[in-house]
Amino acid sequence: MEKGIITKPDDALNIIQKPATRLQFLRFSGLAMASTALVMAGCKKDNNDPDMVNLGSGDIGILNYAYALEQLEAAFYTQVVSSYYSGISSDEMAVLADIQKHEVGHRDFFKAAIGTSAIIDLTFDFSSVDFSSRASVLGTAKAFEDLGVSAYNGAGKLIVSGDYLLIAGKIVSVEARHAAAIRDLLNPNSADFAGDDVVDGSGLDGAKAPSAVLAIAGTYIKNSIDASNLPTS
Amino acid sequence: MNIIKLLESFNIGETPNVKKATSRRDSFNMFGQFGKTLALAAVPSVVLNVIPKGAFARTNDIVGVLNFALTLEFLEREFYTMGVSSGVIPTADMAIFNQIKKHEVAHVTFLQAAITGSGGTPIPQPNFDFTAGGAFNPFNVYADFLALSQAFEDTGVRAYKGQAGNLMSSNDVLTAALQIHSVEARHASEVRRLRKKNGLDSANKGWITGSSRGTLPAATQAVYDGEDNVMQGGVDASTVTTVGVTATQEGFDEPLTDTQVVAIANLFIVP
Repeated sequence: MEKGIITKPDDALNIIQKPATRLQFLRFSGLAMASTALVMAGCKKDNNDPDMVNLGSGDIGILNYAYALEQLEAAFYTQVVSSYYSGISSDEMAVLADIQKHEVGHRDFFKAAIGTSAIIDLTFDFSSVDFSSRASVLGTAKAFEDLGVSAYNGAGKLIVSGDYLLIAGKIVSVEARHAAAIRDLLNPNSADFAGDDVVDGSGLDGAKAPSAVLAIAGTYIKNSIDASNLPTS
Repeated sequence: MNIIKLLESFNIGETPNVKKATSRRDSFNMFGQFGKTLALAAVPSVVLNVIPKGAFARTNDIVGVLNFALTLEFLEREFYTMGVSSGVIPTADMAIFNQIKKHEVAHVTFLQAAITGSGGTPIPQPNFDFTAGGAFNPFNVYADFLALSQAFEDTGVRAYKGQAGNLMSSNDVLTAALQIHSVEARHASEVRRLRKKNGLDSANKGWITGSSRGTLPAATQAVYDGEDNVMQGGVDASTVTTVGVTATQEGFDEPLTDTQVVAIANLFIVP
């Protein structure tokens, strides 16, 4: 049995009376784990600072961490597809449109899965991105996808629940597919899709700790992110 | 000796999870999460008798998973080594396959070291028949080479994903497996797109749509069965978003069990 995503004992009771979609996620945990609620009580957002977002601890914290990154990607690609750079090829447009949907789907999934413990909708600063420039858009996409891959790879060991680990695994390979496609758009038919800048001599992709990932992602996120309660091993 | 058939007998995912008392996760064992029991004794003794001494010593199921992965990496390493030297790959695409080959060679070396480091013995390389009994001609027909490449990479992604949960007792091994897993996904994406560029599958994308094998031969359908799943964590993920069923299916890759992977790989393994 895994640690659940219950934050209040009431949620555990609600599942009996309200089979709302979101609450079906609680099948993971079961009523017997309602006591987890007490442990998770310290994970709620810091209400003293509306701009500070506390990811929480344990698996919930990791899920919120992933949710934050998916929010970032979804927001970026949504802006990309709202007004494509001029001269975009049909192949590029198809790739970017697909990726936008995947990232929005990931974001929405995490929001539903985390439920009442989910962090707020973050706000973003893409002022460093020139959305009218192919190089800027694809370069940013490449950075985000590579970052996403390394983030999930680095977070896997921090997850306690095998079910959550599997879901992370289902998502990270799609992020890696994205990364390769974007890299191939930038440098077609080269080795860059899995270039030596991201895959090491042992054939291993990147793996970054949340602190390292958030240091990079944070430059695009207006909110302050408190990741201090995330597990570290 | 058919290594894959031996692997099949082990049901890696169902072996007892022998853990060192080092992680937070131990606290969850009491809930039975890792308590699935399939005793080693259930393995037919005839199989045990032909196992290379030391391999699959079931004191640590991590070694079993790593040897399972090693078999797949042997297959890929051999396939790309033969492909790169065969002359079947056009010059324009050589950089791609030299890179993939480099990674698969490195994965074999890495896994062998990881197995040894985990106290196990790496299995020997099996013999391969990449024609699958005459069904494919990958080292003379480029379309066949690309088809098998796509199938192997997409299978590899699903195989590693299916084993991640069996590696949770070792942070280092789990992380490394995830790092290989995403490299296989990069390969898969590139080869899928390359098949489109080469006019072999106009609808192909870097990601898998539904459970479609596209224009691949029917023999590869097992590689894609189940990829149309939308149930994630007990919920239909397509119902909590507006992007639709297709995008939801594409956005989540699905695992294969060791048994499913073995059934696929067995097509290419010979005595």
